[in-house]
Amino acid sequence: MNTLFDKIWDAHVVQHVDGGPDQLYIDRLYCHEVTSPQAFDGLRARGIRCFRPEKIFCMPDHNTPTEGQDRPIEDPVSKKQVDALAANAAEFGLVHYGMMDPDNGIIHVVGPEKGLSLPGMTIVCGDSHTSTHGAVGAVAFGIGTSEVEMVLASQCILQQKPRSMRIRIEGKLGKGVTAKDMALYLMSKLTTSGATGYFVEYAGSAVRSLSMEGRLTLCNLSIEMGARGGFIAPDETTFAYLKGRDYAPEGEDWDKAVEAWKKLKSDDDAVFDREVVYHAEDIRPMITYGTNPGMGTAVDGTVPTLADIPAEGRTSFGKALNYMGFQPGEKLLGKPVDYVFLGACTNGRIEDFRAFASVVAGRRKAPGIVAWLVPGSWKVRRQIEEEGLDKVLEAAGFEIRQPGCSACLAMNPDKVPAGKYCVSTSNRNFEGRQGPGSRTLLASPLTAAAAAVTGVITDPRELL
Amino acid sequence: MKQKFNIIESTCVPLPLENVDTDQIIPARFLKATTRDERFFGENLFRDWRFGPDGTPVKDFVLNDPRYGGEILVAGRNFGSGSSREHAAWAIAGYGFKVVISSFFADIHKNNELNNFVLPVVVSPAFLQELFDTIAADPSAKVRVDVPNQMVTNLTTGVSEPFELNPYKKYCLVNALDDIDYLLLQKEKIEAYERK
Repeated sequence: MNTLFDKIWDAHVVQHVDGGPDQLYIDRLYCHEVTSPQAFDGLRARGIRCFRPEKIFCMPDHNTPTEGQDRPIEDPVSKKQVDALAANAAEFGLVHYGMMDPDNGIIHVVGPEKGLSLPGMTIVCGDSHTSTHGAVGAVAFGIGTSEVEMVLASQCILQQKPRSMRIRIEGKLGKGVTAKDMALYLMSKLTTSGATGYFVEYAGSAVRSLSMEGRLTLCNLSIEMGARGGFIAPDETTFAYLKGRDYAPEGEDWDKAVEAWKKLKSDDDAVFDREVVYHAEDIRPMITYGTNPGMGTAVDGTVPTLADIPAEGRTSFGKALNYMGFQPGEKLLGKPVDYVFLGACTNGRIEDFRAFASVVAGRRKAPGIVAWLVPGSWKVRRQIEEEGLDKVLEAAGFEIRQPGCSACLAMNPDKVPAGKYCVSTSNRNFEGRQGPGSRTLLASPLTAAAAAVTGVITDPRELL
Repeated sequence: MKQKFNIIESTCVPLPLENVDTDQIIPARFLKATTRDERFFGENLFRDWRFGPDGTPVKDFVLNDPRYGGEILVAGRNFGSGSSREHAAWAIAGYGFKVVISSFFADIHKNNELNNFVLPVVVSPAFLQELFDTIAADPSAKVRVDVPNQMVTNLTTGVSEPFELNPYKKYCLVNALDDIDYLLLQKEKIEAYERK
């Protein structure tokens, strides 16, 4: 009567620390340039090496510019941080996919794509969106820099076992409704703290029917409900996606691995600490109106009124609407948009570019719209070109940039100016997230594309 | 910074807002530092709420209000949500806070605080509201956080509440030991696990 979460977690417990957390063994550590330099400094200060360097993979993504990557980074502070990761990887003997390396990209896009993230693993990274890797059936979660140092030093972390929660979404998603809408819908129902303290297993027929790209998007956003991580039990979709990937097992090893992976599921009588069920038919294309990802509504809906908000949340609600320049109760359709961003670890995969292209094909980018289309990795960019999507996008007035985190978090040149509205496929609409004063509206690639060709917030179903 | 925790008695800085995310605690552009300079992060704690775009202090933000100060930050529900950036905990520690009191913390940030010798104290919504009211009525009001006895007290009203802290973390805080010190002593057990 164990949950899949129990099975994977318990299989990785080295020991239970007296009166405290579990010492958990980690199969894979990813390091990016922002949250690792102080951890490597810690190793140097203690005079120690990495305990299991072969289990650790490094790549810069947050600071990398999305054009001109063949030239040195202009911002000296960004350059120093990116250079520090390369130097640390070299000093400690770790694999490093530097800028312009054909394997470089956003860490949460590259990991699954290289077959480095596999079912049944424990995976961590100093980044809250590490939950993405849960889509392959792994227990994956974000950690702080001190914890990165723990894994570098011992391949373990000390961690209190979270409680388990199952979110089932049953039924069939309607036309124009994507995994991103599913996640934004869940957040709007559960709030940004609704799953805090829990590790989430996503299940139900609507989840099962998602492609691997859709599953990666859904699991990516687990942290935005407060969950430590979220995952989906592996199935034929998972195996088909992983087969033949660079680091996936081969030949007989593959067959053996798949046999073992097929056993990775919650028992029929497994008991979850919390369980919720939603219906896919209730989900419409979503968009956010406020300054946390839980402040979302159907794109053809309205901003809530004060009466809809619990008393203790009203100060934050008023502050958010004031920041966004919206009024309680107003309609969002037809509101002008200045920027559109397609990309990030949330929606920077091939399927997202296919979706965006399907809307803009035969149409033109609206005048005045600045659009950033940023593949999650070089591999995604190569696939865009192989499928000829670049031609479709260019014909509509869009250009494809080079991979990186881009406008998701304003650590590189792609920043939204103060006061401007950006329909963004990224994961956070916090104040200033895309640049000081920027106003972010989170949505799916389809909704972003609809805004890009009309210049206003538009229901993508009208263009399909 | 590693330090030993015992009893902390201090005035408080109130931040009665919910869902304060780590992007507000320390905006992303300050994450480019490659060293763990807590003073730098502390100077930029709540940067965009605290200072205008031209660097002038925002008058009505609490950290710029001379009436408030102390080693305890009191914040609304769901403090530290969003990004896992430990820089947020470094900024809180670097500013000089030793304790954050709230009715609810985001998981990763809570761990990050503990790993940086900042104590997250979870109190009931009623205790938190009363504390906000107390501080609003008298900014010199003090709170006592007794770590060995796991008890938090509003010294103005005399109301106390126990708070949770697992015995291992308590041992670390009271003795100024961190998790890495502990893990480095576990090599044999880790190797035995790997052979399984």
